[in-house]
Amino acid sequence: MRNLCSILKKEIGSYFISPIAYVVIGIFLIICGYFFYGAISFFSLLSLQASYDASMQAAVNITEGLFLPLFSNMSLIILLIVPLLTMRLFSEEKRLGTIEVLLTLPVRDGEVILGKFLACAGVFSLMLALTFFYPLIVALWGELETAAVLTGYLGLFLMGIAFISLGLFFSSLTENQIVAAVASFGAFILFLTIGWSSRFAGPPFNKVLIHLSILNHFRNFAKGVIDTSDLVYYLNFIFLCLFLTSRVLESRRWRG
Amino acid sequence: MIEVKNLTKYYGPVMAVEDVSFSVKKGEILGLLGPNAAGKTTTMRILTCFLSPTRGEARVAGFDVSKEPLEVRRRIGYLPENAPLYLDMRVSGYLEFMAQIKRIEPAQKKKKIAEVMEDCGIANVSSRIIGHLSKGYRQRVCLAQALLNEPQILILDEPTIGLDPKQIIEIRELIKDLAGKRTVILSTHILPEVSMTCQRVVIINEGRVVAEDTPQNLARTLEKSNQILLEVEGPSSEVARELARIPGVLRVSLKDSLSQNADLYMVESEKNRDIRRELSSKVVQKNWGLLEIRPVSMDLEDVFVKLVTEEKTQR
Repeated sequence: MRNLCSILKKEIGSYFISPIAYVVIGIFLIICGYFFYGAISFFSLLSLQASYDASMQAAVNITEGLFLPLFSNMSLIILLIVPLLTMRLFSEEKRLGTIEVLLTLPVRDGEVILGKFLACAGVFSLMLALTFFYPLIVALWGELETAAVLTGYLGLFLMGIAFISLGLFFSSLTENQIVAAVASFGAFILFLTIGWSSRFAGPPFNKVLIHLSILNHFRNFAKGVIDTSDLVYYLNFIFLCLFLTSRVLESRRWRG
Repeated sequence: MIEVKNLTKYYGPVMAVEDVSFSVKKGEILGLLGPNAAGKTTTMRILTCFLSPTRGEARVAGFDVSKEPLEVRRRIGYLPENAPLYLDMRVSGYLEFMAQIKRIEPAQKKKKIAEVMEDCGIANVSSRIIGHLSKGYRQRVCLAQALLNEPQILILDEPTIGLDPKQIIEIRELIKDLAGKRTVILSTHILPEVSMTCQRVVIINEGRVVAEDTPQNLARTLEKSNQILLEVEGPSSEVARELARIPGVLRVSLKDSLSQNADLYMVESEKNRDIRRELSSKVVQKNWGLLEIRPVSMDLEDVFVKLVTEEKTQR
């Protein structure tokens, strides 16, 4: 546990002594802010039209009209930005050779992996938490469905850390950061869109494909629904990726 | 303290070390000597549990490296080749992180870090960013890291590479001071380093141990003849001819022409036979000028070259 804390502290520190964390968080906030502006402008236009047309009034709902599109936009930016946070985790250690020092210290592989994973998840959570002021702005002038928005954030958080675990795995495979980033990026897109092909696949594969899709599991959260099967999916996903990473580190001992 | 038995490591089909066995006693400094790519680093990586052996076993401080790697790692300090460090951290921050992970008591941490920084001569750069340091300083920061937890066993892969001559001497002194207190294995391809710092040498070539002994013994047993360097003023062809006729001389070769009439000769004589007296009287008798006479002992360098090349011709 103490080892885990030391590694966690060092990893978080290394995000903030280099410009990485500042740049990534800064850019993320700029783009999210732009999307929030777009979403809220569109929503106010919609509300204006609804005030003339009574039949539309039922359809105008802050959660579905504003936050649902905002959350799906944010999920896309997360997809683009997470590889930049994860690519260096193991690749840089391998390139610098510091992994040789790290893995000959009296620490378990698991502590190293978990420390790195949690550090990256921490930076990601900070990044996500900084966007909390969008719902705060909305709460000042409108009626916010707090529980639904929080559920949406939980969905973004789970999706983000699932991506992080996958990115960590790809980072452990190569000493080249660009390769790690591109591979994780490709894998994220695949997991996000794998559900599309369910339309062409016959049963029972279509169900499997739908279940594998990160997007389908995220949609429920964005709508404000917490389903145990979605939670289990994300936790399984993360566990599998971390397990595979530990296998990669283990196999390195044999391959050399 | 360290026991290596029939250690073999293959990278896929490529053999890195094969059947390497040696042992190191407590408080001893052992030099692992060999040309590049001889298997020194691989051997050390197995001892530090960074790699697993394909066959054979290695015990460090009584613990098997394959079965109890954490116990082994708790008792070693390791300086890998090229001194890998986190380039964006500060020296003090890096050592603090290492101290934490090596479980140094928080109360002693500050004192311990100051101590190793003093020993390795990096106290004056403690607040600098590692990436801005020169190779020599990085090497010493990495060495400081290895010494931090006062390990029973130190494994140093090319500890003096990249240092300037003054620093090399300092580091060698540091390592020598550790003798008796700690068990040290150091690898190098620089020969004087071994004769200066190590009590015992294991010479590795192409993944196999070719010799193991003290540096002095190695030099002695491999000497097949005595060599004497002679500088004589006189007609070169005649000098060589006359010297060769002295009983006991095996061969005379002209090494160098220093000036118009003075030449440098290498005289090889039978082992355990001192012919300096005969040589000098011959020169005086012929009325040539004897400018220098000096026995040449075979240094480790020659031993090494001899062993490594002999290996090749035998196979």
